[in-house]
Amino acid sequence: MSAIAEREIILKLEDVSKVYSGTVAVKRANFEVRKGAVNVLVGENGAGKSTLMKIIAGVERPTAGRILLEGEEVSFSSSGDAVNRGIGMVFQELNLFGNMSVAENIFATREITNRFGKIDRKEQENRAAEFLERLQAGIRPDMLVEDLRIGQQQLVEIAKAVSLDARILIMDEPTSALSAAEVEILFKVIADLKARGVAIVYISHRLEELIRIGDYITVLRDGRITGQEEMKNVDTQWIVRQMIGSDAKDFAKADGHLPGEEIFRAEEICLPRPTGGLAVDHVSLSLRAGEILGIYGLMGAGRSELFDCIMGRHGHSTGAIFIGGKQVRERDTTRRIRRGLALIPEDRQREGLVSILSVASNLTLASLSRFARLFHIRGADERQAVTQMVRELAIKVADPAQEVSSLSGGNQQKVVIGKALLTEPKVLLMDEPSRGIDVGAKADVFRTMRKLSRDGLGILFATSDLDEVMALSDRIAVMSNGKLTGMFERAEATEAALVAASALGHGPAPRTESTAHD
Amino acid sequence: MTDIPAKAAAPSASSGSVLLTLMKLRTFIALIAVLIFFSIAAPNFLSTANLILMSKHVALNAFLAMGMTFVIITGGIDLSVGSIVGLCGMVAGYLVLNGIDLQIGYTIYFNVFEIALITLAVGILIGAINGLLITRLNVAPFIATLGVLYVARGLALLSSDGRTFPNLVGKPELGTTGFGFLGAGRLLGLPVAIWILIVVALGAAYLAKYTPLGRHIFAVGGNERASRISGVRVNMVKMFVYMFSGFCAAIVGLIISSELMASHPATGESFELNAIAAAVLGGTSMSGGRGTIGGTIVGAFVIGILSDGLVMMGVSSFWQMVIKGLVIIVAVVVDQAQRRLQQRVTLMQMAKAG
Repeated sequence: MSAIAEREIILKLEDVSKVYSGTVAVKRANFEVRKGAVNVLVGENGAGKSTLMKIIAGVERPTAGRILLEGEEVSFSSSGDAVNRGIGMVFQELNLFGNMSVAENIFATREITNRFGKIDRKEQENRAAEFLERLQAGIRPDMLVEDLRIGQQQLVEIAKAVSLDARILIMDEPTSALSAAEVEILFKVIADLKARGVAIVYISHRLEELIRIGDYITVLRDGRITGQEEMKNVDTQWIVRQMIGSDAKDFAKADGHLPGEEIFRAEEICLPRPTGGLAVDHVSLSLRAGEILGIYGLMGAGRSELFDCIMGRHGHSTGAIFIGGKQVRERDTTRRIRRGLALIPEDRQREGLVSILSVASNLTLASLSRFARLFHIRGADERQAVTQMVRELAIKVADPAQEVSSLSGGNQQKVVIGKALLTEPKVLLMDEPSRGIDVGAKADVFRTMRKLSRDGLGILFATSDLDEVMALSDRIAVMSNGKLTGMFERAEATEAALVAASALGHGPAPRTESTAHD
Repeated sequence: MTDIPAKAAAPSASSGSVLLTLMKLRTFIALIAVLIFFSIAAPNFLSTANLILMSKHVALNAFLAMGMTFVIITGGIDLSVGSIVGLCGMVAGYLVLNGIDLQIGYTIYFNVFEIALITLAVGILIGAINGLLITRLNVAPFIATLGVLYVARGLALLSSDGRTFPNLVGKPELGTTGFGFLGAGRLLGLPVAIWILIVVALGAAYLAKYTPLGRHIFAVGGNERASRISGVRVNMVKMFVYMFSGFCAAIVGLIISSELMASHPATGESFELNAIAAAVLGGTSMSGGRGTIGGTIVGAFVIGILSDGLVMMGVSSFWQMVIKGLVIIVAVVVDQAQRRLQQRVTLMQMAKAG
C-alpha cells in the first residue's frame, strides 16, 4: 500500500446515463471507486444515487455510457453477473424473502448443497451464524425474516452482502433503520472490510456519519455529479453547497397566519403487527385548522401505518378519530374521504397513481362523483377542474390526456396531490411528500402546503428529513417504534431533541448528534 | 393476418410512428384482411343471407366477450360464462315447459317476457356468486370461476337429468308462446339478437367511457391499491363486472334456446375460451387496466368470420383450430411489440430532451 491518496481505482463509470419512462435519473455521470476505502456518495432524495448504484450492481442497465472494472469494460446483464465479478450490494429497500429463514436468505441463489443436491441446512446455518456473530445483533440463523425488527432485517441484508466476499460492496442507506448502537457495530465491520482491501461505496443522508467514515466523497445533484473530492479536504459547508447548489432549499416562508380551531383529533390509535406487538402504539394527537404538523421519525417508526389507520385502511386498528369535533364512525376509506380526509401516500407508483391512465383520469379518480350527474360524467366540468388543478399546482404536462407515467417524478407527485385536493379535504395527510422529486418540484410542493394551510386546511405530514420538518412545521411530533415520543412547538424544537426522541426505544441511549447540516 | 408482423421488419426512425399506428389498428386491419380474403376465396361469402347468418354467430360470442372484457380489465377472469349459458338456457326451457309448481296443486306459468327476466336474474345471481367468492372470500378469480363452471354445468345437467327440453313453443292457453322471437325474430330486416347486441354494446361502451363506474373499472385493473386509497369501492366494482358477465351469458343462453326452440344442458361448453380470445384479440390486456368494448367487438368479428369463412372454404375443423390459435398468439405478440416500441419511442424522446 502506497500513499493513502493514491489508492487503486477498481471501478470506473464513464459518461453513464439512465433514463426511465418519466425521468432522467442519471445524466452522464463519471464515478470512481477506490480499493480499501470508503467511497461516499451523497445527494438529496431523488438525486440519482440509488439508480447509479443499481447500475453498478447489475440491477439496472445504463441507457448510455461505459463501466470499467479494473480497466476492462464490462456489462452486467443481471445482478448475478455483478456478484460473480465480486460486486455486492445492500439495498435500501430490503430485498429479503420474509417467508424464509435468515440463513436461507443469506445463501439465497447460492445454497450450500451436499453430494446429492440437497440443501445442507446445518452447514448454512453454521456459516450464517459466523456472519451474524460479527454483527452482534442477537439474530439466530433459523429465525424467519418477517419476524425480525426492520433494523434487524437491515443487518441481515448487510450480513448477506458481507458473506458474498465481495471486492466492491455497495451500501445504500444501511443505517436508516439502525439504532445508534447498531450503527457503531456496522462501522466496526466496515473498518474491518476496508482493512482487507474491500472497496466500499457508502450512501447516506447523514452527513455526520459520512464525514466520520468516508475517505472519498462524490456529490450528486439532479442526476449529475457536482463534486468529487477526498474527504479530508472537505467540510460540511462544501458538501451542502454541492448538494443543493448555490441557492439553499426553498421551503417557502411561513406567512405568520394563526391556526384556528381544532379540526382533527386522533385518540389512542393502535395497530397490531401481524407478528405481535404494536406497529402503532396508542398514538393521540390533535391538529388545528391551518396548522402544519410534521411527524418526524426513522424508517419503520410507524408514521405510514398511523396514516393508514386514520384513513381506515386497516380494519383491525383501534382508537377514535374526530373531524371538527365530531367522531368519524365510518370505517372504510371511501366514506372517510367523503368526511374530509385525504392521503398522499409515500409510494407514488404503488399507491398514488394508476400509471396506465391519463393525467386527467388520475386527477379526478377520487372525486368523480362531483362531476357526475346521476351516472353521467359531465366532460366539460371534469375538464375544467383538471385544467384548473394543472394550472394551480404548475403541473408540467402538454396535454392532460397523456399517460401519467410519462411525467417526471415531481409532476407525478403534483398529480397525486391534485387528486387529493379535488376531493375538497379538510385534513390532508402527506407521507414523505418530497421523496424522489427534484428541487424545483419540491419548492412547488412546499409552497402548495403553505397555501393550503393558509386556506384553513389541517396538514399532517410525515418525513425523515430533519431540515424539512424543522422548516415547514408549526408543531413537530416525533415517532419511534410506533409510539409518539415527542411533541414540540416550532420555537422550542432543536435538531438534537428531535433526533433523540426519534431514537427512543431503539436500544441504548443515542449519542448526541452534531447539528452538522445547518 | 400473417402479413401484419411482416411489416414490422425494418424499423427506422421515421417509420416508427407509422408502424405504431399500424400496430394500434391491427385488429381492424385483421378484420378487413379476413373480409377481403374470404370474399375472394369463398363463393357466396358476401351474400346478404350469409352475412346475417354470420353476424348471428358472432353476436353470441360478442355478448360473452363484452362481459369478459370488463372482468379482464379489472385484472380478473371469468371461466364460468359457458356454463352460465347452459344453465340459463335450461332455466328458460324449464319455465316454458313446466312453470313453477307451488306444491299446493297450483303451478305458475310465466309469459315469455317474465321468463326472460327470471333467466337474466339467474345469470346475474351466478355472477354475484363469483363476485362474492372473489371479494369476500378472497378466492383467486381463476379458481372461483372454475369452481362455478363445474357447479353451474352440473346443475344444468341435473335440471333435466341430462336430457334436452324440446319443442319450446309453449301453450297459448298458458300464455307461454312466442319464445322463438328472440332467436328467430326480425326487426327492420335485422335479427332481434343483433339489435340486442347493438343496444348492450352501446350501453357497455357508454358505461366504460362516461360513467364513474366505468372509470373505476379501469382504475381497479390499473392499480388496485391506489384505487382503494382514492376511495374507489373496489369490491363493488368487482361485484359489478362479474354480475355483468353473468348477465351477458344469460342473454346468450336465452338466444340460443330460443333459436333452437330447445334447451340442451351441454350448450355453451368452451364458450368462455372464445370469449377470452375475442377480448384479447381486441386489445384487452390480461394484466388488467387496458381494453375497449369496440376492440372486443371487432375481435369477436375476426374470430367469427375466420371460423365461418374457413367452414365455407371446406377447411377441416382440425385446421380451423390450429389457425384460430395462431391468430390469437400473433395478436398478443404484436400487442407486446407495440408496447415495447411505444416505450422506446418515448424514452428516446426524453433522452434527447434531457
